Amino acid sequence: MTVVAVGKDARSRTMTLEAEFDAAPERVWQLWADPRQLERWWGPPTYPATVDAHDLRPGGRVEYHMRGPEGDLHRGFWEVDEVRPPHRLVFRDGFANEDGTPNGELPMTTLRVTIEEIGGGKTRMSIVSEFPTVEAMEQLAAMGMWGLPQTVGQIDAILAEDPPEAGGGGR
Amino acid sequence: MKIAPPDFDRMFGALADSTRRDIVRRAIDAREGVAELASHYPMSFSAVQKHIAILERAGLVTKRRIGRRKVVRANVEVLRAARRLLDRYEELWRARIDRMTAIVAEDP
Repeated sequence: MTVVAVGKDARSRTMTLEAEFDAAPERVWQLWADPRQLERWWGPPTYPATVDAHDLRPGGRVEYHMRGPEGDLHRGFWEVDEVRPPHRLVFRDGFANEDGTPNGELPMTTLRVTIEEIGGGKTRMSIVSEFPTVEAMEQLAAMGMWGLPQTVGQIDAILAEDPPEAGGGGR
Repeated sequence: MKIAPPDFDRMFGALADSTRRDIVRRAIDAREGVAELASHYPMSFSAVQKHIAILERAGLVTKRRIGRRKVVRANVEVLRAARRLLDRYEELWRARIDRMTAIVAEDP
């Protein structure tokens, strides 16, 4: 497991994931910069991704689609804000309609990727995901996105807690 | 990326409210009816009834007749199924990192 840390901060609506790789920053950068490599990891095996456009420059756009097990099509795009190879990538990830136009009803997630050499031939990558509002997090949680682990926690808490006293006393 | 089947979408929506989460907790031991549940909350009987209806539609609780009483019971199996499913979702980014690692290892 190369994930070294996962942190969530409800107040700033961010999730931070850190991972380490036995490779140079330039190699890790290629995972984002090479569309053929990107499509090999972005979609889950059941939702393979195809990158349709990949303009990794500030103001540029990356477009992708994913095919679900039922043949269902899901389109998404990135709006690229900052590109500093091989150390920094900032983009907003959004949903698109079937015709490729942005779906304005679904929230966009801002992702900030930082790639740094940490010595010993290793590279640390941190990905900070930020949601515009709490409502957006809830909306994405309901879709099976990033907010879900929070719901996992809620269900865990429900199952772990002792049942309250019956008979109306309450707590 | 929409992965959750509709029932789970509905379940997450139902669990997004703290009163409804509390109702589910109380319904785990299946001893209270709607009126008893309603007495715990500073809101009207009909408001609590509406919350219970939302939980019922999400499959999280059922009303069950025990003798002459009707009690609200949590569907613990559904909760466990959701947790198992959600554990997989939690792995989504971890799985992405694993795929990244494999790609780097394959083509250093």
